[in-house]
Amino acid sequence: MGLKEKILTKSLYVFHLSSGSCNNCDIEILDCLTPRYDLERFGIILVGSIKHADVLLCTGSTNRQTIPRIKKLYEQMPKPGFVVAFGACGASRGLFKDSYNTGAPLDEIIPVDAYIPGCPPKPEAVIAALVKLIDKVNAKKKG
Amino acid sequence: MSHKATIPIGPYHPLQEEPEFYKLVVDGEKVVDVDVRIGYNHRGIEKLSESKSFDQSIFIVERICGICSSSHPIACVQAVEDIAGIEVPERALYIRSITQELERLHSHLLWLGLAGHFLGYNTVFMWAWKYREPVCDIMETVTGNRQNYAMMKVGGVRRDIEKDHIPYILQRLDELLTKLEMLKGAVLDDPVLHARLKGIGILTKEDAIDYSALGPTSRASGITADVRRDHPYAAYDRIKWNVITREEGDVFAKTVVRILEMMESVSIIRQCLDKMPKGPIDSKPKDIPPGEGIGQVEAPRGECFHYVKSDGSNSPVRHKVRAPTYMNFPTFRETVIGETVSDATIILAAIDPCYCCTERLLIVNDKDKELMNVSELIKMSQEKTALIKKKMGIA
Repeated sequence: MGLKEKILTKSLYVFHLSSGSCNNCDIEILDCLTPRYDLERFGIILVGSIKHADVLLCTGSTNRQTIPRIKKLYEQMPKPGFVVAFGACGASRGLFKDSYNTGAPLDEIIPVDAYIPGCPPKPEAVIAALVKLIDKVNAKKKG
Repeated sequence: MSHKATIPIGPYHPLQEEPEFYKLVVDGEKVVDVDVRIGYNHRGIEKLSESKSFDQSIFIVERICGICSSSHPIACVQAVEDIAGIEVPERALYIRSITQELERLHSHLLWLGLAGHFLGYNTVFMWAWKYREPVCDIMETVTGNRQNYAMMKVGGVRRDIEKDHIPYILQRLDELLTKLEMLKGAVLDDPVLHARLKGIGILTKEDAIDYSALGPTSRASGITADVRRDHPYAAYDRIKWNVITREEGDVFAKTVVRILEMMESVSIIRQCLDKMPKGPIDSKPKDIPPGEGIGQVEAPRGECFHYVKSDGSNSPVRHKVRAPTYMNFPTFRETVIGETVSDATIILAAIDPCYCCTERLLIVNDKDKELMNVSELIKMSQEKTALIKKKMGIA
């Protein structure tokens, strides 16, 4: 494991991208940062620019407007980094998979490292997912 | 000499939760024009609802917006009940009111926090979201989920409020009320917030009427419109509560209206829990006859309107949704022009915009009809010149 991967196990900077969601997942992401769950104590914060981020947190089913923008943001993201599909819509397009405006599932557009299921996922699920991501990097180090 | 510059905001901007694009045209510090582009969130919900059965479409409309995930289903089931003339059991009406008011509490607290965040007042953000947690806890106890409650059903509600839960709900509400009193004091007495919010983004009563503003946006401009009072639904006509209004129309007035509404909500929930009769919660309707129906609900942001048309089958043939932000959104242009750039965000936040509610699609089909031909256009142009001449006094 190189220096870059080692740093990735420390404090994760998260960029939140709403690719056509219903707001619920976005609220729960913000909720993770507020006093009850307070992910900031683990060094996890939301950043305003993708160029500062280690994690791209994608909520919502994709659509024609957002697909080119998701690709663009993924290209701008510093590597190595994680892509996390947040919620049922991010993982499988959820209820909206039959809609005329919904595009491809997120993992067919960009490579996805982790899925957080739920509609919306509880803040506890978000914390569990981030712990698993860090474990994944550590496991690579040993193996 | 003035020099105009354009500031693009979005579609993915750290300040915005949802994707939308703003173009602010500024002259120095002053905003002179604003343009907006939405459509990043369109999911085709109305069409999707037409392919589902009446029971399934409630789950679709629940996911129109994460914050109003009780208002949209209530409006939808009311529209379907309107078609079939279904009587809803008394207890179910009270439970509907309770979920609706819990939702209002959580939405207004969420707004207060975000408004604080936009002002650079992160203490307000953290506090408001911390005190929102008891509301989410009550929601989880009553409905089983923090958001997306899945409580509504044509003819009643899906889950009952259990007797054992009532003392817990009342205890959490008491906790919340002391915090709300504190927040009210903190906001109403804070000199910084007064300096920052008073007198900016004023929406006059005339403009509010012209733009058909709804909800707290209109009530802060002195319009006493509230669906809960004007067209009572659920159990709102059986309990005592007040419509909160303010005359000033600025951002501060909108804040005050929302904070005082939260106090009313707590009072409504308490009265509902107290008065709730025993009995069934579902009238178990069988089938929906052909016809049209409407449902109106006072969502946290204003009136939410659903229209459902049925042809006697088990799914709607047309489902139209009008969310409150659709009407409130144009007032942003009226209020922001002439203000400084630094105030633009909080003026926008003051209407509590929700884009995923608003992103509907309307196709006007006039293929067969030619709207205007060349000779008609020329005639119109000539008429306009004549009108201008008349106004200027040139014969």
